[in-house]
Amino acid sequence: MLASLDQKLLRDLWRVRGQGLAIAVVMAFGVMLMVMMDGLINSLSETKRSYYERYRLAQVFAPVKRAPKHLLQQISDWPDVTAVEGRINGGALINLPDETIPIRAQAVSLPDYRAPRLNDVYLAEGRRLDPTHKNEILLLQGFANARGIKPGDHLTATLNGTRRSFHVVGLAQAPEFLYTPAPGEIVPDDKRFAVFWMSEDALAAALDMDGAFNEVLLTLPLGANSAHILHQLDQLLMSYGALGAYTLDDHLSNRFISEEIQQLANSNQVVPPVFMGVAAFLLYIVISRMVQSEREQIGLLKAFGYTGWEISLHYLKFVLLIAILGALLGCVLGVLGGRGLSGVYQLYYKFPFLLFRLDPATVISSLLVSIMVACTGAAWVVQRVFALTPAQAMRPPTPTDFSTSLRFGQGLLAKFDQPTRMVLRTLNRHPLKTLMSISGIALGMALSAGMLNVLSAFDRTLAFSFEQVDRSDLNVSFVEPLGPDSLYYLARLPGVLAVEGVRDVPAIFHFGRERYRGAVTALTPAPQLFRALDKHSQPIALPQQGIVLSKALAGQLKVQTGDTLLVDIRQGRRPKLPIQVAAIAETMTGAPAYMDLNALNRLMFEPGRVSGAHLRIDMHYAQDLYAKLKDMPAIASVNLKNQSRQAMEKMMDEGAGATRYVMMIIAAVITFGIVYNSARIAFAERARDLASLRVMGLTKSEAAFVLLGELGIITLLAIPLGCAFGYGLSALISAGFSNDLYQVPVTVVPTAYGSAAIAVLLAALGSGFLIKRDLDRLDLVGALKTRE
Amino acid sequence: MSDSALQNLDLSLPAFAMQGLTKVFGSGPSRVEALRGVDLTIPAAELVVLLGPSGSGKSTLLNILGGLDSATSGSLSYFNLDLAAMDERQLTQYRRQHIGFVFQFYNLMPSLTALENVQLVTEIAESPMDAAEALAMVGLENRQHHFPAQLSGGEQQRVAIARAIAKRPRVLFCDEPTGALDSKTGRTVLNVLQEVNRELGTTILIVTHAASTAAMAHRVIHFADGRISKEVENDQVLSAADIDW
Ligand SMILES: Nc1ncnc2c1ncn2[C@@H]1O[C@H](COP(=O)(O)OP(=O)(O)OP(=O)(O)O)[C@@H](O)[C@H]1O
Ligand SMILES: [Mg+2]
Repeated sequence: MLASLDQKLLRDLWRVRGQGLAIAVVMAFGVMLMVMMDGLINSLSETKRSYYERYRLAQVFAPVKRAPKHLLQQISDWPDVTAVEGRINGGALINLPDETIPIRAQAVSLPDYRAPRLNDVYLAEGRRLDPTHKNEILLLQGFANARGIKPGDHLTATLNGTRRSFHVVGLAQAPEFLYTPAPGEIVPDDKRFAVFWMSEDALAAALDMDGAFNEVLLTLPLGANSAHILHQLDQLLMSYGALGAYTLDDHLSNRFISEEIQQLANSNQVVPPVFMGVAAFLLYIVISRMVQSEREQIGLLKAFGYTGWEISLHYLKFVLLIAILGALLGCVLGVLGGRGLSGVYQLYYKFPFLLFRLDPATVISSLLVSIMVACTGAAWVVQRVFALTPAQAMRPPTPTDFSTSLRFGQGLLAKFDQPTRMVLRTLNRHPLKTLMSISGIALGMALSAGMLNVLSAFDRTLAFSFEQVDRSDLNVSFVEPLGPDSLYYLARLPGVLAVEGVRDVPAIFHFGRERYRGAVTALTPAPQLFRALDKHSQPIALPQQGIVLSKALAGQLKVQTGDTLLVDIRQGRRPKLPIQVAAIAETMTGAPAYMDLNALNRLMFEPGRVSGAHLRIDMHYAQDLYAKLKDMPAIASVNLKNQSRQAMEKMMDEGAGATRYVMMIIAAVITFGIVYNSARIAFAERARDLASLRVMGLTKSEAAFVLLGELGIITLLAIPLGCAFGYGLSALISAGFSNDLYQVPVTVVPTAYGSAAIAVLLAALGSGFLIKRDLDRLDLVGALKTRE
Repeated sequence: MSDSALQNLDLSLPAFAMQGLTKVFGSGPSRVEALRGVDLTIPAAELVVLLGPSGSGKSTLLNILGGLDSATSGSLSYFNLDLAAMDERQLTQYRRQHIGFVFQFYNLMPSLTALENVQLVTEIAESPMDAAEALAMVGLENRQHHFPAQLSGGEQQRVAIARAIAKRPRVLFCDEPTGALDSKTGRTVLNVLQEVNRELGTTILIVTHAASTAAMAHRVIHFADGRISKEVENDQVLSAADIDW
């Protein structure tokens, strides 16, 4: 037999089931995000850690032009080194029969008669290399799958200007190639970039590296001073053409995955708390309204001898039931969502396995958080219950005193009929309640507006990068820097409309204690095809002295215009140059630094050199042109701008970016939930008044006006506030999504706010419709009989 | 029924006439027969008092006559109109144009002043009296701009009466109008009702537990167990001021 209070509890729950469910769902979404993100962060970092460990990923990478093998012995004798491996790495182009543009690839050596000490590969399919067959390769699995290549197939690739035929014996993955965008891009496109592993001897022969290596890999003992080792390596390799040693932290693939995890962790700190806050707020509204209307009953219970705690517990149970229901639902949704999302992650991050693993502690903590949130919402109740005296129960209810409400200018009020006055006075009489309702709806709108704004901001990122900064059709890069005739040669090819040379030079930027490994991009004076733009999208004239940094790079280095950087050029004569920052450029992908081409070449004592070019072409000649470019040994890669753009769009829409849509939907549901909840509460509070109005002969519509007018005014007031909240939220979200790999601008996209406002209005209309339906069914006699 | 029917009443007929009126709430074990066949005729312009033990069906009858609820079976006419046949929209018009209600718990709109509460009704009525005049009739000319919270229970009830009579209803239903009031205030309220009946010719039905109120009625109906147990026509009607409580 249930205690009678519990019986009441169940009845009350059933009575407010619509609202209860709405709140539980909001809470469930908060918990879902928490569980999903926590689980993802957990799974990604655990998988990453064990993958790195199992395949012995190096901690230090030192690329060099060509160094003799005996140096490796020397390095392994250093005190702070646990393992050393030397290997050969080279750019290659894969020629597929059905592809007009050669595909960029990276060839990596594997020792012939032993397993590599560091950076081993995971063999997904087929077999390992047979050292007696020098033409065998292992191919990156992602590329092979995207191109339909299987073990046993043959393919040709150009290495060092020579075309060779290879036999694919296996498909592989490796921790250093978790995330494999083509060089210079930030989004991987499985079809357009490949990695293959081949016999060290064969690769050495192809690249003139006999008895030599061009990359050193190291691991260090725990707590070793990596800066010291990097310095030592650079010193040792200096005379062999060191390109600058770096740690795993600066390794591109690792940086992408680490940034992704970091970003998840960041949003995990912002988004679920917002949802939980909204849920607490809704719970508070419902429960406070309940206690208010049951004050008499509470007084009576006290008169019967129930203690304040017993009664408070009754209301707490109510709240807890909703919270626990929400939390459980959220856990289930979170696991489902997490599983789905890990599948998406695997499309972009090539883990051999990625199991969505939920830490039981996450479930427990999300349960605790929900309960805490619910209790916060209900804390008010306890205080209220204790404050009530039994005597209050015996007194007939006093009508709310409207005399103290701000008297509107009587002249103004006289213009309105009584129902309108009721609406205005009610809003005015409970300014706090009105404000709460307004903020509630504004919060809901802010969620939608913020999400929509970020969504459009992503599109702006694309448009800015691919339409304003880069106005070329394709770019080519050369195997090594060439003289100016190369540009004339390109310009004379059929279909080429314009050519603009660029020079990319690897460099390390130093400022104070900050350090960034990147590149200097040198552009011709007054470039047309690829430009540095300021924040008003106006081209920045590149000075003869000085460097223009992207905002992201300036942020990383913590420099401002006028500061002087140390630019450590890692090519040619390797000058270390102090250069002043002349301006900051707006960029949305990467963290480039721009200089004038002539100025850079002058500093490097290499006049007229370019490392590649941006081309504008006549699309009618495209196929011929590609065929010509494919046959030019000096060209290392050809990159079509539209392909890069499509890859990026795809990731935004289908990849990790797809979470935006999920959040969008959740935001819309919550917006509706809040609006509907406000309307429900107003209805419950007004039921008796409305019934009285109907008894007096007001029609259903006239009575509805009193209620819906209130909702309407609140909604309209909420919209401007929602815009303000939305701006704040989108700034927060943008900051969370931006890093030095890509930046999301905090631009106000008016349509985002317009759509959110329309969504709120629709939600208000929908709620109004639902409430109107209940109002039409209102049992007049029943409503009048029950005393508030 | 056309909408104009409410304007073209045959006033030679009694205000209400009912035959075998029943009302059943619920079904199965929770079934309650609130009215078990009521036969009653109420002539226009009378002041009628309904007496009876709690649960005997008085409020139920009042609600049905007032168009708030409908009967389960039986016939019910309002002058020449068939009330039982009216739909929801027609009942709203019926209440709007012809009926006033006064309840035990006043049911004033807390967000409107006394005057505005009355105006709420005068704004939608066909030929209402002036709202201030209605308040004057119940002796509240000095309380026009007070909000309900600033009025005593008796004053609130008088505002409710003013609100009910302001549209000059043909019929006024009062369900325990004095239930929440002390005897002196109660008498003031009854006095107001009697004046309305005399001066405006309004048909008034008062449900009450105070048997002494019967003395001021033209007709007294005793209710028991969902039926009329006794009906008395008073030859002599006392003034409300002279009633013993
Ligand atoms: N909505 C309802 N559902 C079920 N039964 C009801 C309902 N309304 C009234 N009743 C029942 O109908 C009967 C008559 O009720 P009614 O309210 O008419 O009594 P009453 O004579 O007005 O009593 P009182 O003097 O206490 O107000 C009662 O037994 C009551 O329980
Ligand atoms: Mg009753």
